[in-house]
Amino acid sequence: MKYDAIVVNESDSVATALRDLEAGKNARFANKGDREINLRDAVRFGHKFAIRDIQKGEQIKKYGETIGRAICDIPPGSCVHVHNVESLRGRGDNAKS
Amino acid sequence: MQNHRKSSFLKLQGNIIRNKIMGFLRPDGRKGLRNHVLVIPSSICALHVASCIASQVEGTVSLQNHYGCGQLLPDMEISLRTLAGLGTNPNVAAVLVVGLGCEGIQADMLANRIALSGKPVEKIVIQELGGTLKAQEKGLRIVRNFAQDAAMTERVPFELSDLVLGLECGGSDTTSGIAANPVIGYVSDILAEQGGSSILSETTEMIGAEHLLAKRAVSDDVAEKFLGFVLRVESDANRMGVDMRGTQPSPGNIEGGLTTIEEKSLGCIHKGGHSPLQEAVLFGEVPSKKGLIFMDTPGHDVESLIGMAAGGAQVMVFSTGRGTPTGCPITPVIKMTGNSKTFAAMEDNIDLSVAGIIEGIETVEQAGQRLMKELLDVCGGRLTKSEALGHHEFGIYRIASSL
Repeated sequence: MKYDAIVVNESDSVATALRDLEAGKNARFANKGDREINLRDAVRFGHKFAIRDIQKGEQIKKYGETIGRAICDIPPGSCVHVHNVESLRGRGDNAKS
Repeated sequence: MQNHRKSSFLKLQGNIIRNKIMGFLRPDGRKGLRNHVLVIPSSICALHVASCIASQVEGTVSLQNHYGCGQLLPDMEISLRTLAGLGTNPNVAAVLVVGLGCEGIQADMLANRIALSGKPVEKIVIQELGGTLKAQEKGLRIVRNFAQDAAMTERVPFELSDLVLGLECGGSDTTSGIAANPVIGYVSDILAEQGGSSILSETTEMIGAEHLLAKRAVSDDVAEKFLGFVLRVESDANRMGVDMRGTQPSPGNIEGGLTTIEEKSLGCIHKGGHSPLQEAVLFGEVPSKKGLIFMDTPGHDVESLIGMAAGGAQVMVFSTGRGTPTGCPITPVIKMTGNSKTFAAMEDNIDLSVAGIIEGIETVEQAGQRLMKELLDVCGGRLTKSEALGHHEFGIYRIASSL
């Protein structure tokens, strides 16, 4: 198996795990060539990890689009999910925007 | 990436030129990839007669139409438009409309609409003929003649610019958004480049990322029309006390890795690739433009496929994570999955696996090439599994309850 994760679009800031990945191991994926990142967290199949530094307040990119906003700094190799991401579209008070 | 895709596609196209795809030329200029004779009951009361006729004649299918009566006018108009669209679909050679006589959608109303396409259309009315047996006898002769003549339809070269591809996802799981749907998006982009069309549907699935698809609209009018569809679906749900936006992603989605409603919706929108949104059409409406089209359909798989078939799609591509056997009465449905377990369990019903992407051994582009090849084979006549197994699931989008 060549890759452990998939990056959907060149400009994405996250990769999605193609199977359960262990913390501390390197994850291989393709993004403008073959790349590898050491995982800070365990990342389950279908879940995401950062492939570069993401700043608090920065928009998180997947599919070349914004899927949410970081609520804290997220270093590369960290799991990216509901604990450190907020939706820009899903909250009731944002529903009209 | 663009050049790589174009040159890989041209290699595929070389094969196609060697084995030219031939289409059935219809009087309105559209080209079909199948040559069905279609029997349409204009209401549920004529369904049995229609089924009996179709089952006795080669190359003939009927629609399991449960509507056409007891409907509020705006709701009935959708049914009429859909039935007419199915009749005028270029995969259909000729149509017999069967009516009871007193229903809301009158047989001649429907037959006249379909006849505008120039193809052979006849109608029979059960009450006028004096019962079902007499109606069957008359109908059988008409349909037998249609079936004999259908084979004489002129065949002409079929290009990708003649293709309208319906895009669908159902029974989605984690693999849908990262494997199957991006692969469909790859094919959708090729079609747009080659002057063909793909229809993205399921308005429900757009909630959360609708602003992103609206951004790609070629005009403000198109964007507004599309956003209007999404607003309507949400407000209809709100009126019934259901907050569609606030309950997505579901706990199951979150468990599976989806973090926000934008991400979930983007996974679905990805079937439409990256090309500009040319037009937003109503359920069952035939697009007037080429390229990426959005059709207002429900997330209900069967109704969505029927809507796109009424809109003139000759083939469908359907991604499924959990596995579904659904087909369509008048179009081939190519079933694909990115989930290797699903493919192994339901290989009898699924045409293509792109699980190699999940396994990390294939790229989206490589899988896209395989889907293109499958699509071209199906255009050339290869039956999909749902076609070969006779799946003719039917349903029409309703906006009101029966009266």
